[in-house]
Amino acid sequence: MSMDITVNINGKEITVKRGTTILEAARNVNIHIPTLCYHDDLCISGICRICLVEVDGERTLQAACSIPITRPVTIKTHTERVRKARRNVLELMLANHYGECYTCFRNQNCELQKLAKEYGVDALKFEHVTEPRYEQDKTSAAVVRDKNKCILCRRCIRTCQDFQGVGALDATHRGYDTQIQAFYDQPMADAVCINCGQCITRCPVGALREKDFSDSVWQAIDDPSKIVVIQTAPAPRAAIGEEFGLPPGTSVTKKLNTALKMIGFDYVFDTNFTADLTIMEEGTELLGRLKDLLVDRKEAVLPMVTSCSPGWIKFCEHFYPKLLPNLSTCKSPQQMFGAILKTYFAQKAGINPANMVVVSLMPCVAKKFETDRPEMTSSGFKDVDFALTTREVAQMIKEAGIQLTQLEDSPFDDPLGLGSGAGLIFGATGGVMEAAIRTAYEIVTGEEAPFENLRVTPVRGMEGIKEAEIFIPKALEEWSFLEGKTLRVAVAHGTANARKLMDIVTQGIAQWHFIEVMACPGGCLGGGGQPIPTSEEIRKLRAKAIYGEDEQLTLRKSHKNPQVLKLYEEFLGTPNSHKSHELLHTTYTPRGVF
Amino acid sequence: MVGHKIQILFSPAETGIALRLAIGKKPEDIIAQVKESKLRGRGGAGFPTGLKWELVQQAKGERKFVVCNADEGEPGTFKDRILLTDHPCKIFEGMAICGYAVGAQNGVVYLRAEYRYLREGLVNAIKKMKESNYLGKNIMGSGFNFDIEIHLGAGAYVCGEETALLESLEGKRGEARNKPPYPTECGYMGCPTVVNNVETFCYVPAIMTKGAQWFSEIGTMESTGSKLFSISGDVAKPGVYELAMGSTVDVVLQLVGAKDTKAVQVGGASGICVAEKDFNKPISFESLPPGGSIIVFNKSRDMLYVLKNFMEFFVEESCGQCTPCREGTYRLLQGVEMMEQGRCSIHYLHTLRDLAQTMLISSKCGLGQLAPNPFLSIIDNFKGEILARDRVARNSKKTPVVR
Repeated sequence: MSMDITVNINGKEITVKRGTTILEAARNVNIHIPTLCYHDDLCISGICRICLVEVDGERTLQAACSIPITRPVTIKTHTERVRKARRNVLELMLANHYGECYTCFRNQNCELQKLAKEYGVDALKFEHVTEPRYEQDKTSAAVVRDKNKCILCRRCIRTCQDFQGVGALDATHRGYDTQIQAFYDQPMADAVCINCGQCITRCPVGALREKDFSDSVWQAIDDPSKIVVIQTAPAPRAAIGEEFGLPPGTSVTKKLNTALKMIGFDYVFDTNFTADLTIMEEGTELLGRLKDLLVDRKEAVLPMVTSCSPGWIKFCEHFYPKLLPNLSTCKSPQQMFGAILKTYFAQKAGINPANMVVVSLMPCVAKKFETDRPEMTSSGFKDVDFALTTREVAQMIKEAGIQLTQLEDSPFDDPLGLGSGAGLIFGATGGVMEAAIRTAYEIVTGEEAPFENLRVTPVRGMEGIKEAEIFIPKALEEWSFLEGKTLRVAVAHGTANARKLMDIVTQGIAQWHFIEVMACPGGCLGGGGQPIPTSEEIRKLRAKAIYGEDEQLTLRKSHKNPQVLKLYEEFLGTPNSHKSHELLHTTYTPRGVF
Repeated sequence: MVGHKIQILFSPAETGIALRLAIGKKPEDIIAQVKESKLRGRGGAGFPTGLKWELVQQAKGERKFVVCNADEGEPGTFKDRILLTDHPCKIFEGMAICGYAVGAQNGVVYLRAEYRYLREGLVNAIKKMKESNYLGKNIMGSGFNFDIEIHLGAGAYVCGEETALLESLEGKRGEARNKPPYPTECGYMGCPTVVNNVETFCYVPAIMTKGAQWFSEIGTMESTGSKLFSISGDVAKPGVYELAMGSTVDVVLQLVGAKDTKAVQVGGASGICVAEKDFNKPISFESLPPGGSIIVFNKSRDMLYVLKNFMEFFVEESCGQCTPCREGTYRLLQGVEMMEQGRCSIHYLHTLRDLAQTMLISSKCGLGQLAPNPFLSIIDNFKGEILARDRVARNSKKTPVVR
């Protein structure tokens, strides 16, 4: 059987590999076929029926996304039958799509709206729903659902089940009553949802979104008695430009600082600072666990797993409660920042922490849930008051009438505005691991990690699971127990990949010492709070921007960050000190799966 | 022989004779024989059975399965129930012959939830056949193993669609899969699978014993053999009849004592509603697709009400997966309700016809592709009656007309 097949699409001949879908083939020759249930990241569903095309020899129209080419066929993508059918399918969706475009957060970034425009819909054929059928679900701290807008493309289900391995959502009921529900119609707050928000970035319409806190932040800014501090994570700066028409992978770090100042934030700090702090704390914790095992011959829980990603944390709490001791006790950089701001910085700047409002700009939806965790109050206050997504902050910038792309650059504020390149790459999958290796290797051996230009390439890239081995040929006296040893590490991004690693760990056959897990594909840069749309292509471009920025910095190792060292000297003492534990470390809660 | 009552399925036959004949042959020869008989699937679509078996036989797979579709859910259909009750051994024998021909060792009967009460009888029949070594290990010393399990459905009509049935068998929500790949290549648990209707399997032993030619001489050129019909409605003698393929509607009506007949729904809810002018048409794959049910309506019946009933059924039973079926069935029903109330303009009726045409060619599976059939055939064949009814409703209520 020949692997290559020549097909004819609208008169153009194209040779494709057997099994290529009609949609892929058409894209190869720049023929646009509309899609809705199809998404580059997801398995094929073929249910929205908007991508219908004519295939010779077939009585019915075929869904281009789901039909593999297995014979030389003639395909037509805009015959009268096709146009009429697509128009009818679209009309059916529109008729049952409740809500007005101008009150929708996806206005002008909605795939259904775009299709209506593409097909010149100027009046609705079928009676449009005028009353909402379902109550909005605002129970979750992170994810808001409006089933009235849902067009039942089921991308959310496939994202949650196949892509993330969570399975919080599924289709229930039949026919016209079909809806997407959590198990037993539980509200999102009670569902086994990890708040990763990946469903939001794949929803073609406005049926899913993050809980919006921008109004609360505006209120704080407007309140003269409040000192409003914002920390910005590394991933949003490589993506927020997309909201302003810049191509994916355009880093706007310093323009963003200017915009945030213009909005009215009193201080703009860099979460990379606490990313560096995380490396100090987490690295020390790992070396401590290794020492327990190798020197003191004590039981040590290994492999140790990173704890920066709140989506991953909740995933672990739901599905692998027995592995909670494997998690590093370190808070995420966001939460460390909040705790340091309301203690160390408040003292230093002479601010009453009760009047301080800590806001974070995050690529993440789960961060909202994290700020609400009861254990995140070690400063005596809520460590972080509001976590905003990249999208919410972009909205604020637009509302303030700021032309982000036209702004001058400004630096971060002192003293917590200094982050290393190692902290910066936390935004990409493998970044925490790379930062840890840069630091741990140097601390243990006294020499720089043996990678060209400090690029720890084995842990970079979009492979779902990555592994690396680092041999320690010679160790300083304090770490002599590591001499001649090989450190084995693994990196997973997307919780479906994390599941694979954790199943191995659960079986007790894991050889790794340290595992990095990020809940979102590509790491934080593919976070649920990032600009929509997302695809692997876009995530790769954002990663490129982050790694590029790292290489432009002179400070590229967390343990060399002078401000971090100063923080230890002035306030915390040493990594994993009593005070560090009090402020920077946390505990976890086993949860069920129902 | 068109138009005669016939006895293939209902004639007594000793279990095991056909199977013994079959396992004495090469699998290819059995498939050739079934192909020669021109037997077509009795579930409704009429796919050539021999070809389906050949595809599975030639498909690569460590395991293969034979699945009997006993999810008889088409409104007005109860012919498989008679076979499941009175002739289970014919079904199982047919499945075993199929298993031998395609290289499968496992058979599954997917029994509709409402037929739960038949399960015990079926299990007993399997047990007896095992005792006689017509099923189980090393059947009649041939080295061929074949076992049959009974699985219960959960009450969804869509699970009669073969890929939705397979999903349901695998414990998932019953929804049609994308095709290709077809079940012959990737079916139950990803293995090549034959899915045939109860009735289809029942013809197989007769074809084995009496020959392909004998079978192919019954019926019409394209639709050979006989067919079971569940006949109900305004008739004197409702019941299950075995008739040669190609029998005309007229002959059927005569046989069952129907008087003053206005319309005949051939092929269940998803079939075609035939008006008097077409009663001379033969029921066969090339003319009026047979399905399993014939529902007769006499002149006292309100065709709009009949249509509403069918559309309510589809709104309820659409799996909700694809847009044309989920939303389209609802819109058609809504249109029927508007007609009832005198609110449906002739223009909107046109819009709905257009929608129905789209559903025929754009739905993901057979359910959605056939659901507009009653709408189109009733609206087209009884337009006068329906429009007159619309006028009466409009005048009596004086409700404003939309569009």
